[in-house]
Amino acid sequence: MEILIATIVRGVGIGSTYALIAVGFVIIYRATDVVNFAQPALVILGAYFNALFVFNYGLPFPLAVVGSMAAMALIGALTERVALRPMVGQPPFSAAMVTVGLFFALYVLAARLIGSNVITMGDPWGLSRVEFLGTTVGQVDIAKTIISLTAIAVVGVFLQRSKLGLAMRATALDQEVALAQGVNVGRMFGVSWAMSGALAALAGVMIGTAGGGMVALDAFVALKALPVIILGGLDSIKGSVVAGIFIGVAEALTRTYQPGNADFLGANFDVVVPYLIMVIALMVRPYGLYGTKEVQRV
Amino acid sequence: MTEQNTKTITPKANRATLRGRPELYTEYARDQALLNTASKKLWTGVLVAFTLLLPFLLGRDLVGLLTLVFIYAIGGIGLNLVTGYAGQVSLGHAFFVGLGAYTSMFFGGAPSMTLRGLELDMLIWLPMAGIVPMLVGLLVAPLAARVRGLYLAILTLGLVFVGEHLFREARTITGGPQVGRRGAIPEVLGFNFYENQEILGFALRREQIFYFFCFALLVVMGVLARNLARSRMGRAFAAVRDRDIAAEVMGVPLLRTKVIAFGVSSFYAGIAGGLLPVAVGAINPERFNLLFSVEFLAIILIGGVATISGSIIGAAFIVLLPRLVQVTAPYLPLIGEVVSVEIAQRMLFGALIVVFLVLEPRGIYGMWLRMRNYWKAWPFSY
Repeated sequence: MEILIATIVRGVGIGSTYALIAVGFVIIYRATDVVNFAQPALVILGAYFNALFVFNYGLPFPLAVVGSMAAMALIGALTERVALRPMVGQPPFSAAMVTVGLFFALYVLAARLIGSNVITMGDPWGLSRVEFLGTTVGQVDIAKTIISLTAIAVVGVFLQRSKLGLAMRATALDQEVALAQGVNVGRMFGVSWAMSGALAALAGVMIGTAGGGMVALDAFVALKALPVIILGGLDSIKGSVVAGIFIGVAEALTRTYQPGNADFLGANFDVVVPYLIMVIALMVRPYGLYGTKEVQRV
Repeated sequence: MTEQNTKTITPKANRATLRGRPELYTEYARDQALLNTASKKLWTGVLVAFTLLLPFLLGRDLVGLLTLVFIYAIGGIGLNLVTGYAGQVSLGHAFFVGLGAYTSMFFGGAPSMTLRGLELDMLIWLPMAGIVPMLVGLLVAPLAARVRGLYLAILTLGLVFVGEHLFREARTITGGPQVGRRGAIPEVLGFNFYENQEILGFALRREQIFYFFCFALLVVMGVLARNLARSRMGRAFAAVRDRDIAAEVMGVPLLRTKVIAFGVSSFYAGIAGGLLPVAVGAINPERFNLLFSVEFLAIILIGGVATISGSIIGAAFIVLLPRLVQVTAPYLPLIGEVVSVEIAQRMLFGALIVVFLVLEPRGIYGMWLRMRNYWKAWPFSY
């Protein structure tokens, strides 16, 4: 029982991180109809900036997080302006491939900056543990969950309540109509990418806080947000949260219980669980739990 | 929709009209012919002759590299059939290449204490290396046909991760992670294509023999693909790519077309996979990852979407690029001091995909077309 609770808490922690990355995907997808495959590279770059601010400039951890989010917001907006703006009006596939190209360029940059080191985030939680429902769980998992869900809630409120959020939703609904109503659509693209970049940075920090720190290869961990958005629906923030936590918990449960119970599935089977869930989800509900069904016209 | 064999206008009366106008076509079949102009015939011949001469002029490593180009080109043609012609974006090509590689090793590889292998003839293992991925492709395709566009891309991306896990775990066939396994033995009826041989008094090195073998295979498979593309099935592919609903309305069976596209593409991928380990010596399961898939996508994007020759140009570009950067690095600023050669290669790779998509979506083949049409219409090119 205690193992189960600890596993679920860990799963919710990592799952909320996936949700955070997935929300970044969703914001960009809603605004521009592009699936941003470069997001994982933004995630590790964000973590790198955070480590840089903490250890090289001596900033306190919260300030460093804000700083790295700001830096990644800037990089996100810049990326959009340079590489994605020329793709407006091109088929979504071309734009998606541009982000794949960006992924490699940015990933190599991040891998170069990080090198073969393990970077840590300088977070206050470390390996300390806390009592929870009669067992001890990592503080960091609780912190991850709270911070990620708060950030997503802030994004949700911003989109629902603020004027800029309204403009972004209008852009997502119909770019041309939004343009006719006086919304600066280009700027909305930039804002979407900036928000997404900031969320990616936060997610990077969250991944890096886990006991082991972070290496450049963790970009491929961030790719697990892709199954999350497929399961939740490409254009649903609510879906990202639900699917993120579901996949995080499923992965954690597999990691705990598969060795010993189902050894024939092989070592590190938990790594492929999100993708298997995605395949099943696509078979049953091709547009995810909360995604809108695509309208097809001749 | 058979080829329209209307032989109406050409006969006697219009011979005079045709004289001196080699590019006036009065039949659909002639217009669609593979080598429909005199200059194409000439230059294709020259190119083939030159390619056949190359292994005698170049060093061993370069011959090996060009062999790799041919193998990548076969795989690239496969991806171009499903993604370029039929419009079904697949990020899962690496999985099918890997499947082909391990099928070939199982049927053609030598067994050992830890590895299974049947040591069969290449006449068996090479077709099997194509057929097994094709069957898996046919199995996966109905699932893939349910989703479109980006959903499909992400679904096939999942395939790569699941495949990588399978390859890592099936140790008795793949050798396991970081260990890998040698390629199958390319022996046909006692003749080994990867061994120094003496043919008609010429002593040929094994790289040269394998180079000729892969080149011949590429030509055969390229022509087959080109023929498929201009057949009824190829037109169905294009209809599905351009607007699948409209294609369905016009009576193109959507599911069947997509399934066939995936099947054929996986066959090509499998053949490339069977040859790859022979050319590179030994191969790890880690090789068949997402990056490998993206390399194939880069081949068709940089070479030219929905062109066979473009796939070959793209393969040459992607395979030779690292070498090019390596050779030119000493003369370029920054590289070697600020960024290492390897990093420069990777960044260039990512940047090139972006640059080509933004500036020339038809790839190098499109550049060639523009150049050719400019000079064809010169001095009235606008």
